[in-house]
Amino acid sequence: MQKRISTLPFNGTAEQKSRLDAVIAEHKSQRGAVMPVLQAAQEIYGYLPIEVQEMIAEGLGVSLEEVYGVSTFYSQFALSPKGKYNISVCLGTACYVKGSGDLLDKLVEELKIQPEECTSDGMFSLTACRCIGACGLAPVLTVNDDVYGRLVPKDIPGIIAKYRQ
Amino acid sequence: MDMVNIKINGIEVSVPQGSTILEAARYAGIEIPTLCYLKKINAIGACRICVVEVKGARSLVAACVYPVNEGMEVFTNTPAVRSSRKMTLELILSNHDKKCLSCVRSGSCELQKLCNDYGVDETKFEGAVTPSEIDDSAAHLVRNNKKCILCRRCVAACREQYVSVIGANARGFDTNIGCSFEKKLAEVPCISCGQCIVACPTGALTEKDQIDEVFAAIADPKKYVVVHTAPSIRVTLGESFGMPIGTNVEGKMVAALRRLGFDKVFDTDFGADLTIMEEANEFLDRVKNGGTLPMITSCSPGWVKFAEIYYPEFIPNLSTCKSPQQMEGATIKTWYAQKNGIDPKDIVCVSIMPCTAKKFEVKRDDQSAAGVPDVDIALTTRELARMIERAGINFQLLPDEKFDSILGDSTGAGVIFGSSGGVMEAALRTAADVLEGKDLENVDYHEVRGMDDVKEATYHIGGMDVNVAVCSGLSNVAKLLDAVKAGEKNYHFIEIMCCPGGCINGGGQPIQPASVRNFVDVKGLRSKAIYEADANMPIRKSHQSPAIKVVYDEFFGEPGSHKAHECLHTSYVAREKY
Repeated sequence: MQKRISTLPFNGTAEQKSRLDAVIAEHKSQRGAVMPVLQAAQEIYGYLPIEVQEMIAEGLGVSLEEVYGVSTFYSQFALSPKGKYNISVCLGTACYVKGSGDLLDKLVEELKIQPEECTSDGMFSLTACRCIGACGLAPVLTVNDDVYGRLVPKDIPGIIAKYRQ
Repeated sequence: MDMVNIKINGIEVSVPQGSTILEAARYAGIEIPTLCYLKKINAIGACRICVVEVKGARSLVAACVYPVNEGMEVFTNTPAVRSSRKMTLELILSNHDKKCLSCVRSGSCELQKLCNDYGVDETKFEGAVTPSEIDDSAAHLVRNNKKCILCRRCVAACREQYVSVIGANARGFDTNIGCSFEKKLAEVPCISCGQCIVACPTGALTEKDQIDEVFAAIADPKKYVVVHTAPSIRVTLGESFGMPIGTNVEGKMVAALRRLGFDKVFDTDFGADLTIMEEANEFLDRVKNGGTLPMITSCSPGWVKFAEIYYPEFIPNLSTCKSPQQMEGATIKTWYAQKNGIDPKDIVCVSIMPCTAKKFEVKRDDQSAAGVPDVDIALTTRELARMIERAGINFQLLPDEKFDSILGDSTGAGVIFGSSGGVMEAALRTAADVLEGKDLENVDYHEVRGMDDVKEATYHIGGMDVNVAVCSGLSNVAKLLDAVKAGEKNYHFIEIMCCPGGCINGGGQPIQPASVRNFVDVKGLRSKAIYEADANMPIRKSHQSPAIKVVYDEFFGEPGSHKAHECLHTSYVAREKY
């Protein structure tokens, strides 16, 4: 699946930048430095927006496209931020046959964001994940560490409302 | 050189150690097909078209990257090899639009040729295709990823040109060649050189075709349509009509342009001579009056854009001279228009260029001496060849004709602009005469000729040592500029060309397939033809051109005059990288 690029404003802090600068300085002369620096940047910022990738490209003396190419190749790199609450819908086989696709559609409709996106207030982000091993509760979703099972689409607004407060 | 003995298809052959199977097969007179491999640019063994059998190897190996060793036995034409290649082609076609009929690369497409050679059924695998949209945002180029085979030759060519604005994004079935953050090419720091286009084996990358605009202008009775051709076109256009690389077709080219219906056929070589008058004067002025040195040439619009984006600190070093294309156009729309009582607004000035960045250059600011663009449409060599085909002109049968006077009159100094080192040599021919105050006999500056990445020389002229450097290909240029910046190199004058080898290898030139580029010195053959043309010219110094004398006497006054600055000089701007 193609990665979604965040359209939310970038809110990086000076403290985060100085941490990234230190990582870049550490890897600067190393071959293949892009990947470890991207990993560190994701730990610092939580995701890899264009502003962060530009800092990496400029700092390592490589082109922005080289950095972007690596960031879109590996599924662990995120181009969109996570919300305060990350809703993760299991699309593993058992959940999927029990209708988790409909749960995801309902979430897209309610939150007005696509999978791999974050709401503009920073409250919710949405991901589609692989099997989380709770097949007995299928279809299942998690909100951060809370697990919700045996769901139908009409349960969704209630779950969202609980976290909105 | 250490040699190793191997057998290819039973033929014994002795080849230099370190050769690949692909190179070794060439010694044995056997051709192995390639798609992703491009000598000195891309060697990744990814496309699997060049696979061969090696005795004792577990599986087929990629000949383009597999080194030979003593006693090796290779088979390039077995049922297993043919069947593997055929399957590879069928799989490539399953994600390809297969619209060959109207594709500009039909007939010169490396994929099409291989499919034909291997009798590939184009409908064998039907199914999903990777979604993509055509990117025609840039002034010079169109990308159609539906024809892309992911060979990455364009990516490697872009890296060779230092800028790396294109690359492989995403993964697996979604893999696509594009720009960072899915931006369009016009939104990234591309310098428009077009080296990606000449590297592309298919029609995924093409110049932005402007033939129809030119045909429309010619058909419009209200328009006075003038054409001028860059120095290198005369030694490359013939390739589009099956002639050997390095054939000079100047006479036939002029005849073809007349038959296409242009009102006047001029030569950008005149503009090149004019550039030398201004540039040599500017250089001497900088030396005498403590101007910014080294002075760097500004003829190559890809290089100029590169400087503006990547090395803006060198903008004061750039000569303020417009390029020959723009000087020729400016002279046509000012002096020529005035002399012939034509409103410059009614003139359509078309240029034939080896270059895709020229399409960007015509749209630059501060390039309209008569209040209208100096040049309206810049066509590549390839587009001219297509115009000639479409007009039903049999190129080989054309007689030799001469350019129209006097904006088609030029010197040997003008024609060598087409090869790396030419601008420097032409400038030296004039500057040396001016400084020494006499007509020097020597016009040959061999040190700055040739296809080396960087050429350096020191000439003792007029009581001073002049340190010069000539550099082409932007990776080399970046290294040179870094050395100048660090104070490691001390030059007075630098010639820089964007494309490796100069305009003869420009991004708008006829495309030679990898099967030729991997084994033939295309640049060298074209360059040789340029210097032969120079040697055959009766006048070889720009300042001795009678045509140049006329335009200065009647219009510009003298080099560097107020009028010359108005019409023939320009300015530059630092551009954002992100």
